[in-house]
Formats: sequence, structure tokens, C-alpha cells
Amino acid sequence: MPDSRTRKLGWGFVLFFAPVFVWLFLLFVLPHLDLLRLSFVGTDYYGKSGLTLDNYTAFFVEPAYWMTLLRTAVYSLIVTAIILVLALPMAFYITKVVGLRVRGLLTLMIVVPFWVSLLVRVYGWMIILRESGIINRVLVGLGIWQTPLEMLYTDASLMIGLIHTNLLFMLVPIMGVMDSLDNALIEAGSNLGASKFMIWWKIILPHCMTGIMSGSIIVFMLVAGSYIAPALMGGKNSLWFTQQIYNQFIIAFNWNQGAAFGFLLLVTSSLIVWVALRVTGQKLGEVVQ
Amino acid sequence: MIRTLPTTSPYRIGYALFAVVYFIFLFAPLVIVAVLAFNDSMFPSLPWYGFTLDWFIGKGPKKVGLFYHPMNMTAILISLQVALGVALLSTVVGTCAAFLFEQEEFPFKRALYLLMIAPMVVPGVILGISILSFANSLGMFLEKTVGVDLRVLSPGLPLVTFGQTSFITTFVTLVIIARLKKFDRTLEEAAYNLGATRFEVIWHITLKYLRPSIIGGAAVAFLLSFENFNTTLFLIGSKPTLPIALFAQIRDGGSPVVNAVSVFLMFCMSVIALGNLYFARKSQAQ
Repeated sequence: MPDSRTRKLGWGFVLFFAPVFVWLFLLFVLPHLDLLRLSFVGTDYYGKSGLTLDNYTAFFVEPAYWMTLLRTAVYSLIVTAIILVLALPMAFYITKVVGLRVRGLLTLMIVVPFWVSLLVRVYGWMIILRESGIINRVLVGLGIWQTPLEMLYTDASLMIGLIHTNLLFMLVPIMGVMDSLDNALIEAGSNLGASKFMIWWKIILPHCMTGIMSGSIIVFMLVAGSYIAPALMGGKNSLWFTQQIYNQFIIAFNWNQGAAFGFLLLVTSSLIVWVALRVTGQKLGEVVQ
Repeated sequence: MIRTLPTTSPYRIGYALFAVVYFIFLFAPLVIVAVLAFNDSMFPSLPWYGFTLDWFIGKGPKKVGLFYHPMNMTAILISLQVALGVALLSTVVGTCAAFLFEQEEFPFKRALYLLMIAPMVVPGVILGISILSFANSLGMFLEKTVGVDLRVLSPGLPLVTFGQTSFITTFVTLVIIARLKKFDRTLEEAAYNLGATRFEVIWHITLKYLRPSIIGGAAVAFLLSFENFNTTLFLIGSKPTLPIALFAQIRDGGSPVVNAVSVFLMFCMSVIALGNLYFARKSQAQ
């Protein structure tokens, strides 16, 4: 009788490989290659299309384009940092501080809001923050404010939306690694007289580094690629780069330019992730697992 | 500092306060959206004019409730249709992928694994435009060479289904792989020794064992598809899915009907999630 593990490339392999191959090549690899090709195609002055770098030079020549990408990258980094600062103490609280019974409840309460559609959560913030919104109604009604204040369509409201919609994706990986930290290490540090700061700095953070990095990568990529929160909560003058892509593809119908923008976003965000991994001395393979 | 160490009460109270603020931040928008769905007002805002169910069951002419709102009801049905298609496709392919990566050995396995993860990492917007452009190129190519005009390749529900399947299959695969990793392969060997074929082993033993994760994976796929916006945005034809329809309404300021849709969504998601939790518990107990 043939052993399944020594027999290589049997019919089982073909059966499993075929659909996976079709999926990854037809729905992922070929579309991206086609997008890459599209980004190097342009129509010249006489209406003839050919290979060109115009779509990429247009990006660097037009400040409105590269400023949007720069803004998106910087804001995404800031939002990721804020989320990290918010997630660390909460993850610690749930995994290490509260009793085991409360822990299950709090974990559930952290996940529940994320079962609800992202659009609904953004809509909720709009209802709260806008000029005719809850905060204004209450504060003006109580006479604390004289006139309503527009708090939506600002950078701050955009940040609130992005933080709220992506918090969980930082919490989950960090809670995972924090859970595996042996309490005895913290106890030993404390018994030897280390301050809370030193315990965080020397014991907790180094242990959690893989979780922190994988959470940060996920959150950064999600924030940089988000569309709903910037479109609904951002100001009129604060385009997100995904909106530039949408404008080129759907409104201006300039697919070549839009394709180039797509790759610029992909390359920029991947580059930032790569630099972050380099700086913190982490390996992608370890972080992914 | 941790639960086994003595702490000062300011530390405990401070931390508890932090947690309370945290959860208010997390739940405030949801609670407010839900509450205002029952406000007897023409706008999704305060003041409170009294409790009503009109925004669910109102027949008009002033207040048309969700269940009589053709645009939103159609969008819900379209989303349902797409989500079922995506769940089916991605679960079948995801199960194959899990077996491929867990039980087969082949050259470039590591590289293919990384490629399998990639659709999850690439921003949804970029996935959307790449599928759109490829479908368009393929359509033009087929029309030129073979002379057929495939409707499937122009923006519309089939394209949305394929586009979402592209990245959702990765999630399903990871869910199933997680369980397959814990599978005791001596069970398979025992079956082989008793004369079972590879097909019989997979069908009667491995798939039985995987069933909770396959159901869980399908539920994840359904939820991800139902609320997907970024990829769908570029692939949609004339029939909008619910998130696309909601986006347009919210951009215009929203209305209590949007709140009613939100409450309806919260209800459905809770049912699915609790059902999923129940299945997970049951399979753990076994």
C-alpha cells in the first residue's frame, strides 16, 4: 500500500493544486500584471497608444498628486502610532490585569463592535460629530455652547474614524503575544525593584515586538488603503490617495493614470513596511506567523 | 501590576476608568445609530420625538420604512446573492488550498504560500482596479480573437463575486489551515491500514474533522463579502450592493432609514456570530 506522505505529486496534489492555481493566477497575479502593463501605456499627441513613463512622471510633476500620497502616508503612520499607544495598555489590561472571568467578557466586548459594518460605524461618528449632530444638540441645548460647531470634515474627525475602524486589528495580535508572556518574568522584575516603566521597557515590549509589528503592518496597510472614512469624514481639501485612484478610474476615466497611482500606493506602503521592519530588526516571516 | 501582584488602588481605579472610556469610545457610534432608528423624527438626530417603528415598517407616504424601501431591500438581496456566491466559491477553493499547504509537498511551496497570503495584504482598492482592468483586457482580447462578447467580464455582479473571492479565499484558507494543523494524522494512517483509499480518508475522516472550520470559514467569507466596499466599488455595474447603496445615502447626510438598515445589519450579524460561536463551542465539546 502506498503511503500518502511519501508519494509525491499524486492525484491529490493535482486536485488541490488546480483550483488554487486558477484562483491565484486568474484573480490575483494576472490582474496585477495587467494593471502594471496598463500603468506604462499612454496615448500620445496623435492618439496613438504606446509604452510610456508619462503616467509616473505626471505624478511627480503635479504637486496635487504627490502631496496626496505623502499626506496619506504620513497620516497613516500617525494613526498607526496612536492606535498602537491605545492598544498596548488595553491588551495588557485584558490579558494580565483583570480577573479571568472579566477577561472573557472584555475580549468579547472588544470584538463585538467590529461585527458591525464599517460604514455603520463611520455613519455613527458622523451623526455624533456633525453640525446638526448629537454633541452640538446637547451642548447648545444645555447652553454650554452658543452656536453649533462643525466638528466633522476635519483632520481630527478623520483620525477618529480611522482609529475606531482599525483598533481591533492591533489589539488581536498584541493580545496574542502578551498572553504568551510568562507572568513570572513580570513578578521577578517587580520583586527585584524595577519600576513599571522599566518592566514595560525591558520585559513587556521586547516580548511583544512580533505582535506589535504584525499589528502595525496590518493597521498601516488598512489605513493607507481605506476609502470610506476619508471620503465621508475627511475635509474637502484633504483627499486620501485611494480617492485619487477612484477619481482617475471612475470620474476622469484615465485608467492608465489610475493604474500608475495604484502601483505608487502599493510600492510606497510596502516600502514603509519594509523600512519599519528593518529599523526594528524584525523579519517578515516571523511577523507573518 | 498584574493580577498576581499587589497593586495600589489609584492604579486599579485609573486603569478601570481608562477601560470605561475605551468602551464608551467603541460603542458610542453604534448605540447612537441604533437608538436613532427608533426616533419619531424625519432626521437621524436629536431631539427625541418619541419611540416609533415607522422606519422599519412604515408604508409612507411620509415615512417609508426599511421593509417598504425598494432601493435598500433590493440592495440587501443583491448583497445576499453575492455573499452566498463568494462564500461557496471561497470555501471550496480555500479547503483545497488548506489541504495543498498542509498535506502536500511540492517545490516552491513556501513561495506559493506567500503568494496565497498576498491578496489579504494588498489594499482592496488596488485589487478592485486590477480585477477591473484585467477583466476588461480579457474581454477585449476575446472579442478580437474569438469574436465573443462575454457579459461576465464587464462590471456587474459576477465580476464583484470574483473580485471579492480573490482576497476572501485567503481568509477562509487560513481559518481551515489553523484547524488542519491540529489534526492527528495517525487517524488517517489507521484508515489507510484498514484499506481506505485517499479519497475515502479525506471524505470520511479529514473533512468530518474539518467541518466546524469549514462552516466557520464560510461564515467569515459571507460576512466579509456582505460588508465589502473597497473592492466592490470598482466592479459594480448598475446593481449596487448594500454597502455601495448605503455609502451613497450616507454621503448625502443619511436618513432614519439608514439607521434602520444599520439596526437590521447589527441584528443579522449578531445572529450569524452567535451561531458561529455555538458551532465552535459544540465542536470543542466533542
